[in-house]
Amino acid sequence: MAEPKKITTPLTEETARSLKMGDQVLITGSIYTGRDAAHKRLCEALEKEGKLPVDLKGQIIYYVGPSPAKPGKAIGSAGPTTSYRMDVYSPAMIHKGGLRGMIGKGERSEEVIKAMKEKGAVYFAAIGGAAALISKAIKKSTPILYEELGPEAVCKYEVEDFPAIVATDTEGNDLYKEGPKKFKKI
Amino acid sequence: MRIIEYEKIVDTVKEMCLEANYDLPADAVDGFKQARDKESSLLGKSILEQCLKNAQIARDERVPICQDTGLAVFFINIGQNARVDGGLLKDAIDEGVRQGYKDGYLRKSSLDDPLFSRENTGDNTPAIIHLDIVAGDKLEITLAPKGGGAENMSRLAMLPPSAGEQGVIDFVVDTIVRAGGNPCPPTVVGVGIGGTFEKVAYLAKKALLWPLNAPNQDERYQQLEQRILHRINNSGIGPQGLGGNVTSFAIHIEHHPCHLASLPVAVNVNCHAHRHAHRVL
Repeated sequence: MAEPKKITTPLTEETARSLKMGDQVLITGSIYTGRDAAHKRLCEALEKEGKLPVDLKGQIIYYVGPSPAKPGKAIGSAGPTTSYRMDVYSPAMIHKGGLRGMIGKGERSEEVIKAMKEKGAVYFAAIGGAAALISKAIKKSTPILYEELGPEAVCKYEVEDFPAIVATDTEGNDLYKEGPKKFKKI
Repeated sequence: MRIIEYEKIVDTVKEMCLEANYDLPADAVDGFKQARDKESSLLGKSILEQCLKNAQIARDERVPICQDTGLAVFFINIGQNARVDGGLLKDAIDEGVRQGYKDGYLRKSSLDDPLFSRENTGDNTPAIIHLDIVAGDKLEITLAPKGGGAENMSRLAMLPPSAGEQGVIDFVVDTIVRAGGNPCPPTVVGVGIGGTFEKVAYLAKKALLWPLNAPNQDERYQQLEQRILHRINNSGIGPQGLGGNVTSFAIHIEHHPCHLASLPVAVNVNCHAHRHAHRVL
């Protein structure tokens, strides 16, 4: 397999459009976290005030709800959660919020992929269940919004060489469809 | 009547919460190794390799294998000649979960109300408890923490009896194919067949307690397990749903007598973090 591509955040549209389905990447810089409850609140704010309470232009959001950090550690185990639950919110986050990338696991809806193609956004897969391994790439976690949501709060992570796979690229090529097609025998 | 102390149950359950979430059992580790050798997708092989590395880190550093440390699901067999002294069995289990999830830095994923408030109870209680009264004077406790991602992909059907074996196979395979990468494949598939509406779901969950390498003792059901696994692993879904020939490690069936008008089937999906802990008091 080819060597992973190193990318840094925030992502430019040009970088995003250079990434292709199946590419392995190592992400360095700041990324933001958010899952169901946080997305609901973020999109309500976007609807009401016309902008997000945190600037996500060019940024990547990671669908994660980590386990609590042990004393002296930056983070607990922190693998991806299933992405389809964010599908209803993602088109608005991409179109109106300027979101450039998402990290999660599992297939996205047609509406999300359409928004990604239009605005040049990428969907990365992290390995679900490899939470202890992934946590090694997270050097710092700072709560930003909705701390009362516990593991669902929005945090800013500083990451170094965070491992991910380009699951769906800006042209809409989707490894969740193409990968299984290649190996299907029955 | 044999007495089992409340505090002993609390301490045991606490210990089990940590063990189940930090230490991937040997049968699951072996499953990964066999899958890695069998997988023909290079990306799939690399994913399986990283999962093995992940299990080792979790074991060595005493951190959770997966951040979703699940709802704490218990299967309890209590001998009818045993009695719990010092409090209720249910309270002892909840207290063990409370202490284990707090002291073990495990994620609390339990909400107080499914629809309206959806507020976190803060201590991962209440545990989900399935109780069986059996012969003898022992208390047998099995804990299987269950994450949301795989649980959400589970399904149940009340098939017409005419659907037969083929109907069962098609329903199980369709459930796994539709789930794609969502339940974190390679999965373990628990299938319940028979009983009633509520019984069949219980059977599917119970089927997940078998070690990966334990085929059904009834030859007919063993063959059915093999036929379904063959179909699933030729679906192409592969590790994480990104393509490959290992979609599930194993499938286990639990069956039960049923009504003459019914053919209930339930599929309970488990992710590759096939976590368990077991104790007998």
